[in-house]
Amino acid sequence: MNTIQNKQDPKAQSFALKDCALIAISTHRRAKTLKEFRDHISSLDPDSLYYHFWANLLLPHFEEREYINDFAGWARHGLADTKLAEQLAVLDPTSFDDMEELRYHLLEYIDDRLEESEYLQWARASKQFEFTRSQIVVFDTHTRISDPHDMADLIPRMSASSIFYHFIDARRRAPDNMDDFSRWLTFFGESHQHLIGQLKCIDPYFSNLVEIRQQVAAAFQHHFAEQVS
Amino acid sequence: MTTMLEAYAAVTGEDVIRHLQQLAEPLKGKSVVHVNSTRIGGGVAEILEKLVPLARELGLDTRWEVITGDSEFYQCTKSFHNSIQGDRIAIPETLLNHFLEVNEQNANHLRNVLEKADFVFIHDPQPVALLKYCSKRKGKWIWRCHIDASHPYRGTWRFLDRYIRDYDASIFSLSQFVQLLPHPVYIIPPSIDPLSDKNVDLPQDELEAVRARFGLDPEAPLITQISRFDRFKDPIGVIKAYKLAKQYIPNLQLVLAGGTATDDPEGEVVFNEVAAAAGDDPNIKLLQLPPDAHRTINALQRLSDIVLQKSTKEGFGLTVTEALWKGKPVIGGDTGGIRLQVINFHTGFLVNTPEGAALRIRYLINQKQKMQEMGVKSKEFVRENFLLTRQLREHLTLMVSLQHGAVDRIELS
Repeated sequence: MNTIQNKQDPKAQSFALKDCALIAISTHRRAKTLKEFRDHISSLDPDSLYYHFWANLLLPHFEEREYINDFAGWARHGLADTKLAEQLAVLDPTSFDDMEELRYHLLEYIDDRLEESEYLQWARASKQFEFTRSQIVVFDTHTRISDPHDMADLIPRMSASSIFYHFIDARRRAPDNMDDFSRWLTFFGESHQHLIGQLKCIDPYFSNLVEIRQQVAAAFQHHFAEQVS
Repeated sequence: MTTMLEAYAAVTGEDVIRHLQQLAEPLKGKSVVHVNSTRIGGGVAEILEKLVPLARELGLDTRWEVITGDSEFYQCTKSFHNSIQGDRIAIPETLLNHFLEVNEQNANHLRNVLEKADFVFIHDPQPVALLKYCSKRKGKWIWRCHIDASHPYRGTWRFLDRYIRDYDASIFSLSQFVQLLPHPVYIIPPSIDPLSDKNVDLPQDELEAVRARFGLDPEAPLITQISRFDRFKDPIGVIKAYKLAKQYIPNLQLVLAGGTATDDPEGEVVFNEVAAAAGDDPNIKLLQLPPDAHRTINALQRLSDIVLQKSTKEGFGLTVTEALWKGKPVIGGDTGGIRLQVINFHTGFLVNTPEGAALRIRYLINQKQKMQEMGVKSKEFVRENFLLTRQLREHLTLMVSLQHGAVDRIELS
């Protein structure tokens, strides 16, 4: 085990650095029309909702992230319905208590559009939507960090998937939608509140994981540089 | 870290290799066997050539077995290949029976290895029936489909489905290719090996030697399609596109270079059709390259201004990935995995006709700055998403996943 000793607060928990790998699995569900899409969303496994909002950050894709989830992307590029794409794109899973609430809001937008547009009730998309789910394997790197200063040095060397696990997947695991770094920093009292605020300002949707890693590392480094000065 | 892992770390970053090592930890000592139908030629063989030793470096007892067959067997499996991609081919019962006989013969030869293995990866339809003849298998068997199976000819699929459904899992390259099967179906795009002869950086003098060898003019623009002489790759459509573009770019050069694979009996027939379409145009070079001409192919891609892959059906299209890795814009058929890789105005252009390809050739030849921008972007896309290390990571994840069942979250201690 790699242990970086706690220098500041012996009562604080050490940060267990974990890593993960994700694999995509077909659900065998496909939608060619908005009605079919709606029916699938209504009964879709929550893992699949998770996949289409978050997990694709960790999987290969060439396209620019024009829309922040796969559903919005399909509404725009498959159905050519810009209005629905914009509405679905605004849904942020971290702002809901659970996936069921997210599903409810997804269906609200879709049902509204189906009511508004007769065309969308029968229009066939130029490409069908493939519903996918994911399986995540989490493993312990056996690295423990006790001092937030050391975290600033460690983050640039973390794998992209560690960043995914601690900064993105964490929001699904925790009821308060907080990333693992911020939660850990709260153990150190008020001294790192500013850093927690900085981490909250990082929008993970429009960056790839390498860019997110740079942003998180910069927030830590800047915070501790300021403390020294 | 071993020399091989160090070499990959230099391209992908050390964090990627560390990640693989940790993921492989619970699989150390497990026996893994990959089976396909050719050791040389074609994308599958190229992937296995490096995937297998790299997995060994990570501590997995991995080996690669190749089945053998006669011309009748390959005639049958070529028909499988074409009909999985949509051709309506009714394969005679006698050929299907022969296919099973050859699988049984190979199973007799490989049974000991296959039945003992913890994981067996069967690549494509050729060895798919081996499972039927390994009744005492101990491990998990995974069928890996490298072909575009989105609209298979139902007769062929019904036949193959009888064997595929008994596997523990399948892998398809894209979710669009997936067929309904009674086991987990994983989505894993393939990858390229940045350190192979096909993709490694080449010195300028080697590039110049290849240019001279094939009589290519360094001052004239060059477009190239590298792929087997196969109708689904539409080489005749490429020649038509070239001829249309040549009206505006008179010194345009075209190279059509095809490797040969031992499991493709149609190559010679299609090559003759292509030669007839090319006629006596000195600026069209038709090259039949031996299966190990990887550095020549690498050089031809690097010498090109534009790479084409004008397929009408394509599994993933690794030649597209290779070209993007070399910073070349790709004009590709709007099909299969090419759609995943070629993004209009970002990494190249998707086209549906020779006319469309000709238009994009003219555009790119006249937009050198745009070509350069696309090239830089393309290389980074491949580095992040389509290198061998990513595919190996997903294979390791799949193996861990199969050991733990259908749960969505697996926490290893």
